[in-house]
Amino acid sequence: MAVPATKLKEKKEIIDVGLEEGAARLTYEKIEQVINRVITGEMAARMKVYVDTCIHCGMCSTACHYYLSHGTPEWAPVGKVKQTMWEILEKKGKVSPEFIKRASIIASTECNVCRRCSMYCPYGIDIAYIMATVRRICHLLGVTPQYIQDTAHSHSATMNQMWVKEDEWIDTLQWQEGEAQAELPSLRIALDKEGADIMYSVIGPEPKFRAQLIYQAAILMTAAGVDWTMPAGPGWDNSDMAMFTGDFEIMGRVKRTHFEAAANLRVKKIVMGECGHAFRSVYDVGNRWLGWKMPPIPVIHATQFYYELLKEGKIKIARKLKEPVTLHDPCNIVRGRGLHEMMRYLVNATCENFVEMYPNREQNHCCCAGGGVINCGPPWKTKRVESNSIKAEQLAATGVHICIAPCHNCHGGLDDIINTYKLNMHTMFFIDVLMKTMEIPDSLKA
Amino acid sequence: MQGIYEFVRGPLLWVTFVVFIGGSLYRLISMYYLARKKEAFIFSYLSLKYSLRSILHWIIPFASANMRQRPIMTVMSFLFHICLLVTPIFLLSHIILWDESWNLSWWALPDWIADIMALVVIGACIFFFFRRQILPEVKYVTSTADYVILAITAAPFITGFLAYHQWIEYRTMLILHILSGETMLMAIPFTRLVHMFYFWFTRAYMGSEFGGVRHARDW
Repeated sequence: MAVPATKLKEKKEIIDVGLEEGAARLTYEKIEQVINRVITGEMAARMKVYVDTCIHCGMCSTACHYYLSHGTPEWAPVGKVKQTMWEILEKKGKVSPEFIKRASIIASTECNVCRRCSMYCPYGIDIAYIMATVRRICHLLGVTPQYIQDTAHSHSATMNQMWVKEDEWIDTLQWQEGEAQAELPSLRIALDKEGADIMYSVIGPEPKFRAQLIYQAAILMTAAGVDWTMPAGPGWDNSDMAMFTGDFEIMGRVKRTHFEAAANLRVKKIVMGECGHAFRSVYDVGNRWLGWKMPPIPVIHATQFYYELLKEGKIKIARKLKEPVTLHDPCNIVRGRGLHEMMRYLVNATCENFVEMYPNREQNHCCCAGGGVINCGPPWKTKRVESNSIKAEQLAATGVHICIAPCHNCHGGLDDIINTYKLNMHTMFFIDVLMKTMEIPDSLKA
Repeated sequence: MQGIYEFVRGPLLWVTFVVFIGGSLYRLISMYYLARKKEAFIFSYLSLKYSLRSILHWIIPFASANMRQRPIMTVMSFLFHICLLVTPIFLLSHIILWDESWNLSWWALPDWIADIMALVVIGACIFFFFRRQILPEVKYVTSTADYVILAITAAPFITGFLAYHQWIEYRTMLILHILSGETMLMAIPFTRLVHMFYFWFTRAYMGSEFGGVRHARDW
């Protein structure tokens, strides 16, 4: 008898060429050798203490949006650690290629390393670090989902995430500059201006897909009278998918290039666009890999920059948004940098009607796109969206039609959730809100 | 029988103290050196203020969001840990032993309270046992070792309770009680019961990262 089509769809295994071909190349010897190299060379006291301390209480489970959406134990953070790291350590690396493939799927597509579980563990075990280490092992074994591996290749070859060539980058900036000059004739996107106060850096997808964000940033900088610049060459991209594949060597090269661009321009600080993962890479992970306890050049996220501009009176709000809005707290700038109160100041300054979603601030549910999961590409999209029904419920409960989310990955993830669950909502960046609400001095207008 | 009693009360007790204290020091010191050697950055992020802030939020009942979401588990685990630590230290019969051997004595719990506290520990162990059996997310990650360490923890309290009430042959029960207590102490450094010591460090590190670097709350 024929199986109903829906059943077939449910059972269909996701085929990812990066995982299939990667696993096909493996041998037991190679796996054991690589794992033991990581165990003895890269893991140390932290991993030992975490594994020895975990009392298997399961209290991390309700931290995870995958678990909250699916409700079965293999989606709980500790369940994922059991299926990966415990097994790897217990068998001292004597695991099969099939196991490595499964471990890569779990670590790369069933965990956003959002660190909510670290906050729910009574011992404060850094479960995201454990999953990142699993990714590291899979990377060293060459078993990484193809789409995100491609972005890591792009980082390696071009120092940006999206295979953007240098002339394309400059051309895009000049194009956006030209467009924006129709609004503010004196506007410039100054390239490689040595001694500027601020270097503004963005992620590769901005020139590739969301060039209007650069236009908007230029309007904001001009209206606020900021002395800013962008690098013309490598270093303009602050994003970092290598961090999420576990390719720390590439991560280090990418971050060094970014910091060096700022150092060569002798800027006072780096301001980053509204991206969460890039902030994590520059502020938390990449700098440490390079040996800097904190970033060698001060780095602030766009939301903090807007907050400071508003506080200092450099930009003024002419009219507030009337429609009710809600705010999604991105993990990497909230659990990663505590910007939640500054963001609330921004929302209240620019919007008349702010509706909190619950839970919020550090407790917010993840978008399920970050941590490189959305970058694993179309094969994994349905799973990613189905794995975050809890977010759909949380968004729907606000009853509003606008969700502000100051993070690129969150945007992608939330847009997919909104479309799939038909939430009649749309996402905005803070810069979108500012463009609608801030005052443009008459002296600057055309 | 007297011979066995003399043995568990004498030489084996010394072995226990050596293994427990020596083993615990070994675990802590070796971890310290390993971290110093390979993960020295940990120490540069440690902050006393944020360590204490984090520890306090996790040793005060209901001070963290997760604890508030699980009121039964929170009450049970706090009662369990408090009774587990306090009862053996402030039990009159234990203090008498200290007094006989070392001339040391301190305030003791009234026996009836100690009795209730032992029952609380036993009850909590039963609760944890069924929690492991019933909740899918706990059962999924439970292995034999988890039941073994639960049994190791429960045994001194069960045997102690029975010995005190002398319902079953007293001498045998007393020997079993001493043996199980010694087993528990010796198991601490070498099983996941070591969380008794590691808790403070994992919390301190996570607290320092969240407080000092990430400017966020970890509770």
